[in-house]
Amino acid sequence: MSQTTGKPILEVNDLRTYFYTRDGVVRSVDGVSFSVSEGETLAIVGESGCGKSVTSLSILRLIASPPGKIVSGSIRFHGEDLLGFSDEQMRDIRGDKISMIFQEPMTSLNPVLTIGRQIGEVLELHRQYTKEEVRRRILELLKMVNIPEPESRIDEYPHQLSGGMRQRIMIAMALACDPEILIADEPTTALDVTIQAQILNLMRELRDRTRAAIILITHDLGVVAEMAQRVVVMYAGRKVEEANVFDLFEKPMHPYTLGLLNSMPRLDDAASKRLVEIPGMVPSMRTEIVGCAFAPRCSSASERCTQESPVLKDHGNEHWVACWNPVLVKVNV
Amino acid sequence: MSKTANKLLELKNLCKHYPIRKGILSRISGYVHAVDGVSFSIYEGETLGLVGESGCGKSSVGRTILRLMDPSAGEIYWKGERIDQLTRSQIRPYRKEIQAVFQDPYSSLNPRMRAADIVSEPLRNFEKLSQAKGRERVRELFALVGLRPDQMLRYPHEFSGGQRQRLGIARALSVKPKLIMCDEPVSALDVSVQAQVINLLGDLQKEFGVSYLFIAHDLAVVKHISHRIAVMYLGRIVELAETAELFNRPSHPYTEALLSAVPIPDPKHQRKQIVLGGDVPSPINRPSGCHFHTRCIYAQERCKVEEPKLEETSPGHFVACHFKLNT
Ligand SMILES: Nc1ncnc2c1ncn2[C@@H]1O[C@H](COP(=O)(O)OP(=O)(O)OP(=O)(O)O)[C@@H](O)[C@H]1O
Ligand SMILES: Nc1ncnc2c1ncn2[C@@H]1O[C@H](COP(=O)(O)OP(=O)(O)OP(=O)(O)O)[C@@H](O)[C@H]1O
Ligand code: SF4
Ligand code: SF4
Ligand SMILES: [Mg+2]
Ligand SMILES: [Mg+2]
Repeated sequence: MSQTTGKPILEVNDLRTYFYTRDGVVRSVDGVSFSVSEGETLAIVGESGCGKSVTSLSILRLIASPPGKIVSGSIRFHGEDLLGFSDEQMRDIRGDKISMIFQEPMTSLNPVLTIGRQIGEVLELHRQYTKEEVRRRILELLKMVNIPEPESRIDEYPHQLSGGMRQRIMIAMALACDPEILIADEPTTALDVTIQAQILNLMRELRDRTRAAIILITHDLGVVAEMAQRVVVMYAGRKVEEANVFDLFEKPMHPYTLGLLNSMPRLDDAASKRLVEIPGMVPSMRTEIVGCAFAPRCSSASERCTQESPVLKDHGNEHWVACWNPVLVKVNV
Repeated sequence: MSKTANKLLELKNLCKHYPIRKGILSRISGYVHAVDGVSFSIYEGETLGLVGESGCGKSSVGRTILRLMDPSAGEIYWKGERIDQLTRSQIRPYRKEIQAVFQDPYSSLNPRMRAADIVSEPLRNFEKLSQAKGRERVRELFALVGLRPDQMLRYPHEFSGGQRQRLGIARALSVKPKLIMCDEPVSALDVSVQAQVINLLGDLQKEFGVSYLFIAHDLAVVKHISHRIAVMYLGRIVELAETAELFNRPSHPYTEALLSAVPIPDPKHQRKQIVLGGDVPSPINRPSGCHFHTRCIYAQERCKVEEPKLEETSPGHFVACHFKLNT
């Protein structure tokens, strides 16, 4: 795995995205910062509802308003704040310079359009291609994502394809214009492991060939270990830890990260030992959290944790942790 | 599992074919061969894991065992007695002994019923307990699965995913079953909550000796919980062995590929990966001979014409392949 120290192409700074619902304000993303560089894969992990998808939708300015609103922060793409862009400028960027693979391939493809038309639309929007050039590019993309017999598949509808093929069509659409940033929201969660392996290979090839930056959202720590150079761990709308992938797995410092690593059954476990549970559950984001959001589930919690919100601190080597009592032991992986 | 343990369930050549209907007259135009000659046994106190790709027939096997539908062919034995041909009323006593926990804890719970009534539903169906006794039992079950008594009067939407799965488990346990068919019981749960449910299933097995048929696609979870594992591909069992044996000496090329495709949560790990080409073929038009030959890296001419039979290569290790690995 190559370490990248390129210049960041995307810098998210103190992003806050809230939803104003009838039963109160949901602070889905509450002060999140991170950046990605050319050729780098950044993974974002965390439990269901912690704000991963809302973060990625915010980057593309796809938050429905109302009820949602990006209330503060900045999202700099090559230094320019996307939050200041007009809707038209955003349309030019989406699907071209920054593209996204959505969490649910079944619902994100249009059922009444052939897959050729759907990929073609992206190309027509962003490229001045002739009809023949469009068709040639579509076939090229279908081949690239390993769709068998692309000449006949091009005229088929989404329901005629398997789940794995539909996900590959989504990827082909996302790659159509050689994006600089690919945001992949759980791109393989709905797929079988053998198909997942194909898709991950494809994403790695893309990264190595075009030097695209990838933001990979997943809850599978195996996928993280295999794909990412840096990892952001989120909990209840906040970033609680960020580190390079080796440090994160070898010396996780946030009790939640350590808990995640320990609670997971692993193929390389010796005998089946009892899993270490994280007691309790994720807090509701409808009430404002005082102190550390993880405190009710944390075995290291102290008095201070229930009163003061922990601040992110660099523990060396760009290893950021938001915790008053960080874990300091090395785990054996 | 020791050979002396009691055999609870035995499947012999189980088949389940779904008709495909076409046109206004709903003529049968073909069949989905979802389960195609599956044989295995489950012993008392053991967990048999059942893995395989989406659509390979795992849930169909489970639903047939529960007699939620009738098998198309084959035999099902419960403690030595044949039960696949029993009528609805004859099957009742077995229904009590074989319970189920499903993947989606939300849709499998009636949203308009209170938690206590959900948990006691099988009790009311199968046992005539006084109201007081019933309440007492529900209270015990709540404690057993780690739910608080004050949650008994709540509705499903007031519970988290993990808690709803606990409700499902409490309901299954209420009638003291011998076997629980768990169909993807933790797939919808977060990792941190998954561990709670997996540990709970393990504890209950230790305490009551209940057996599980554990259907899941997450191999790490299946490995963790199962004593033996059966691997399915397009309706057939292609390999079955004790857990350690299967992981140490996978003998079917599909098992080998499946194990190698699981990402290991260790960034330093260099895995030797076998990336299978193509997709799982359709169970409507299945490949000839060995169903796996269209994706198998070891396939030869023979594989296209001759169906490999499941053979015992070492005690308790069964493989269906003409060119077995690691043997
Ligand atoms: N349109 C909306 N209205 C109100 N709340 C919303 C809306 N969209 C998202 N949320 C809330 O924001 C929070 C974060 O949601 P998000 O979809 O980002 O989670 P996630 O981390 O992607 O979870 P998952 O792993 O389940 O996909 C959740 O609590 C969710 O309920
Ligand atoms: N009621 C039904 N009518 C017709 N076909 C069905 C029916 N139920 C299942 N099938 C088909 O039978 C095959 C096996 O389905 P089954 O649900 O048993 O697979 P599975 O292994 O449980 O898959 P998954 O991992 O996706 O749950 C699939 O091709 C499926 O489409
Ligand atoms: S700040 Fe306190 S409660 Fe929060 S994770 Fe750290 S030790 Fe635990
Ligand atoms: S029988 Fe042939 S095609 Fe089938 S798994 Fe064995 S080697 Fe592969
Ligand atoms: Mg999401
Ligand atoms: Mg199923």
